[in-house]
Amino acid sequence: MTIASQAPAELHGASAASTTTAPGSAPRRRRKSLTENRWGYAYVAPFFLVFAAFSLYPFMYTAWVSLHRTSLSNIDGGTWVGLDNYRNLLQSEFFWNALRNTFTIGILATVPQLCMAIGLAHLLNYKLRGRTFFRTVMLMPYATSIAAATLVFSQLFGRDYGLINTMLEAVGLERIDWQSGTVSSQVAIAVIVTWRWTGYNALIYLAAMQAIPGELYEAAEIDGANKWKQFLHVTVPSLRPTILFTVVVSTIGAVQLFGEPLLFGATNSTSGGSSGQYQTLGLLMYQQGWSNFHIGQAATTAWMMFMIILLIVGINAAISRLRNRAER
Amino acid sequence: MTIALPGTQTTSVQPVDRPVTRKGGRGARSGKPGPVAYTLLTLVALISIFPLYWTLVAGSHTNADIAATPPPFLPNASLFENFRAALDQAPIGKAILNSVIVSSSITIGTVLFCTLAGFAFAKLKFKGQGVLLALVIGTMMVPTQLSVIPLFMMVADLQWVNQLQAVIFPTLVSAFGVFFMRQYLISSLPNELLEAGKVDGASTFRIFWSIVIPIARPAMAVLAMLTFLTAWNEFFWPLIALTTANPTVQVALAGLGSGYIPQQSVIMAGTLLGTLPVLIVFTILGKQIVGGIMQGAVKG
Repeated sequence: MTIASQAPAELHGASAASTTTAPGSAPRRRRKSLTENRWGYAYVAPFFLVFAAFSLYPFMYTAWVSLHRTSLSNIDGGTWVGLDNYRNLLQSEFFWNALRNTFTIGILATVPQLCMAIGLAHLLNYKLRGRTFFRTVMLMPYATSIAAATLVFSQLFGRDYGLINTMLEAVGLERIDWQSGTVSSQVAIAVIVTWRWTGYNALIYLAAMQAIPGELYEAAEIDGANKWKQFLHVTVPSLRPTILFTVVVSTIGAVQLFGEPLLFGATNSTSGGSSGQYQTLGLLMYQQGWSNFHIGQAATTAWMMFMIILLIVGINAAISRLRNRAER
Repeated sequence: MTIALPGTQTTSVQPVDRPVTRKGGRGARSGKPGPVAYTLLTLVALISIFPLYWTLVAGSHTNADIAATPPPFLPNASLFENFRAALDQAPIGKAILNSVIVSSSITIGTVLFCTLAGFAFAKLKFKGQGVLLALVIGTMMVPTQLSVIPLFMMVADLQWVNQLQAVIFPTLVSAFGVFFMRQYLISSLPNELLEAGKVDGASTFRIFWSIVIPIARPAMAVLAMLTFLTAWNEFFWPLIALTTANPTVQVALAGLGSGYIPQQSVIMAGTLLGTLPVLIVFTILGKQIVGGIMQGAVKG
């Protein structure tokens, strides 16, 4: 179901309800809804003023900037270059490297995370002793900022002084240079993201699980389904809209990944590791604009990121629509 | 633009711990969890807490101490020395004050504007409503990166660089907030109440103030907590708009990490200082925040 299509239906429902209340007083009612009409704009005006100034306008203007050669030091005086920035970006190995990394880190950070979150939600859905405690504790990583979490995990993943390597050595394994390897650094960054978001997503799933009617489970039980089958055939299908929602939101987050790769290793470097092994699109955009002062190029990268998000959201919507149609 | 939000079919915002759930009639599965469930949950709880505890330990030991086998697992008094060193390296005190100012302003603005707009979208009728709402929801997909460059130009023109208003104004509204308030008010604000107010001749503003606000208050509280948390942890834009001379906590933390000789214990002590305020708030309001997030999930 889509929000855009649902909203007018609901509004229509509301208006239908209010017009049926007093069928005799049609003229007065019309005047009243006219006043409502004007007031509606007054109520949304503050939101849309701020929104237009600080979201909508910048959003359009970024597109304009991306068509110029603009330097950070002379921000208003760009020269028109048409689509050159886009052409350069698509030919740049840094872009493809960042795109690849964003993709792999994105997969590493979201797939295990969402699977664990569903399992965790399932556990939290039991009648637990101290369930408020468990729920609250699991949300603590979400309350921790990206900067704080990344600095702590950089310590934990440290090559020489990190606790994780100390532990690996203690059980007879080799120390890992988490920062310099491509796979190891991306895994480490994915761990930070997973740590921060698993509990949050578990709560989202838990809320959705609690809305599943108990009769569905009773019916499944009568049919002889065991706990695991119930989970697979009742819980997961009922969660599908929520799963889709979390996948979309996590994907949008993953495309924008920035703080973790910037601060990983506590180096605050925009290159994403010595050979760009964990450079992401978000970080590349920052590097282009604020390290290399090439604002036009940064704007181009930002637009590419948005288009990637649109593409992914579009694919998700298409898949869910196809599936819905197939079920009908 | 189509995003499926969770539970789009349920229009009502339900309290998280519905009595129905307690009785086990709906939702909560299978009476008692086994020891395996408790073990797993305890493990996850430990993993959730441990990195935070480790800032405390690593903040009070030198690099060499922390790498010893077995590593130390208790903090000691040199933590305070490291606090002092961290405060010398980065203006963390100022950063905390700045973050309080910034986050509070953003919270007040967001809750006010989003309640107003959410009410209009939930209960008033006006032309273009559907389009405007779709616009609000659509922006949830726009990456921050897309607005940062013109914002930076604007802030430079206004001479706001390194000033707190540069990070307050752009974040003053939230699309999520409008949607959240709308969903809450649709189900919780009875139309009859609005009609009654109108019949009594109350002005629209009066109706908003004395009917809508009291009913919206629980949702406003939830939105306030979530907004404050998000604002406190905001990273990308403050990093661009501010410098370490006048930072928010996150900008100060980023600066801590950029020293030439990274002293882990000092970085950890600084991280702890910067995270402590939000952890304290979370310890007090955690239960409400949990409830708020679950409420937000069932909305839709």
